[in-house]
Amino acid sequence: MSLTRSDVDKIAHLARLAIPDEAKDRLAADLSNILALMEQMDAVDTAAVVPMAHPLNMVQRLRDDVPTEPDQRARFQAIAPQTEDGLYLVPKVIE
Amino acid sequence: MHHQTIAALAAGLRRGDFSSVELTRHFLARIERLDPGLNAFITVTAETALASAEQADALLRRGEGGPLTGIPIAHKDIFCTDGVRTSCGSRMLDNFVAPYDATVVERLAAAGVVMLGKTNMDEFAMGSSNETSFYGPVRNPWDLSKVPGGSSGGSAAAVAARLCPAATATDTGGSIRQPAALCGVTGIKPTYGRVSRWGMIAFASSLDQAGIMARSAADTAPLLQAVAGFDPKDSTSAEEPVPDYAAKLNADLKGLRIGLPKEYFGEGLAPDVAASIQEALRVYEGLGAIVCEISLPNSPLSVPVYYVVAPAECSSNLARFDGVRYGHRCSNPKDLEDLYKRSRAEGFGAEVQRRIMIGTYVLSAGYYDAYYLKAQKIRHLIADDFRRAFQEVDVIMGPTSPTTAFPLGSKVDDPVAMYLNDIYTIATNLAGLPGMSIPVAQAGGLPVGLQIVGNYFEEGRLLNVAHRLQQVTTWHLEAPFASE
Repeated sequence: MSLTRSDVDKIAHLARLAIPDEAKDRLAADLSNILALMEQMDAVDTAAVVPMAHPLNMVQRLRDDVPTEPDQRARFQAIAPQTEDGLYLVPKVIE
Repeated sequence: MHHQTIAALAAGLRRGDFSSVELTRHFLARIERLDPGLNAFITVTAETALASAEQADALLRRGEGGPLTGIPIAHKDIFCTDGVRTSCGSRMLDNFVAPYDATVVERLAAAGVVMLGKTNMDEFAMGSSNETSFYGPVRNPWDLSKVPGGSSGGSAAAVAARLCPAATATDTGGSIRQPAALCGVTGIKPTYGRVSRWGMIAFASSLDQAGIMARSAADTAPLLQAVAGFDPKDSTSAEEPVPDYAAKLNADLKGLRIGLPKEYFGEGLAPDVAASIQEALRVYEGLGAIVCEISLPNSPLSVPVYYVVAPAECSSNLARFDGVRYGHRCSNPKDLEDLYKRSRAEGFGAEVQRRIMIGTYVLSAGYYDAYYLKAQKIRHLIADDFRRAFQEVDVIMGPTSPTTAFPLGSKVDDPVAMYLNDIYTIATNLAGLPGMSIPVAQAGGLPVGLQIVGNYFEEGRLLNVAHRLQQVTTWHLEAPFASE
């Protein structure tokens, strides 16, 4: 599977990464090489195999629906790039 | 003091031969003198280290504390530390100070250890050479022109150079065992779920596991003891009892069945590495173990499977770094999308971006079945290989890495060549099994690691098997020139 510049654009948009134009050809080649490595998997017949999502056969634990964390908003927001009145600020979304 | 075992240091502290403050100052002075040449540390926490050493001394004076009270260690910079920067080797988190401690950090602090600082690592633990760190590569203490391995290269180099007696580390595809091998130290990656991942920055959540690096299995045991065990804050934490690792260390190896996967001794394995492994196996035979050949037929597929599963999970985990709540934000974003895209492009390095891109692609509509689902199926076959093998043998042994440490810069432009370094370590993570690497006879003046893989939750047996070898050999005692 060989990726083109337009594939790179599409994936970069999904991944929310701004890839500079001059890096796209190299990235397309690198990603194509990695995908070529993955083609080894095609030789294996897995029709009857159950996918393994997790190394241990564990079920998700449930806990009581009670608060476990104290309010630390001020501490958490102290490391944010931009906040105001307890809210995270981003560029205007709604005109 | 820096050549002594942790047990000897603990005894010295208890007898009052030296204080924890003196011991801490000793290691801080070594870091100050030797680390500029190695770059093993991202952050040195001298002030808080001395404060916790004083607290440890107060406990020791009252005859209180345990086997780790007052022992200095370092944490890989992937573990969140309250009030101390946790960068994960990335520009994205260069300004990130976590508001809480990881469970691993909390448990070791409760056991009385003194944190000397945070060690260098590949960015977000993605790399096998420590060259993807935003803070520059770590140098191998045995040869400064060589890589220390990765991603826990800072922890491995720091322990090897005697800058700390032990360090925490993490392993997603070999990131404890491979650098331990390349730097000549002892490293253990426990069973998936054995050690809490809470507060450990996520890379690939179905593979990530925290572990320990030290100079010997005997030094590793008390540290693993302190961190292992159920943690309700980690949804994948195993509710299995933790055995007393020190109590099992000396168990006899007579009749131990060691399996050698024939796939681990084929093409690609450097002949001098193979010779060192064979020499160690002869020692095991001398200790009464029985060595036999086994097969892990699907193991050659572990590299392609891993490089689907790990990037897929990484692309999802790293979506949280969006420039909004913490971490790097680009300047003057023109809209929200620009904020996301430029913050991430500026904050992440090339390898992290490659993996996010691959992961996004294999999870995207139309490709999911061909890549991700296929990989998850083969992952099952790889785990089944081990299940069958452990019906016949007690432990599996082989090389940790196909070669000794390679030159800095030699593979950094070829991602696929870099990925193939993990060929012997990855299958263990895919199956979720515990694995260790211990130093054996060197090849060409560089360390070689013997990998020991055990069945689920058999960390005690791994430490025992490693310890018995270390009792009758001196390979683990050799120190690199950069420690002088």
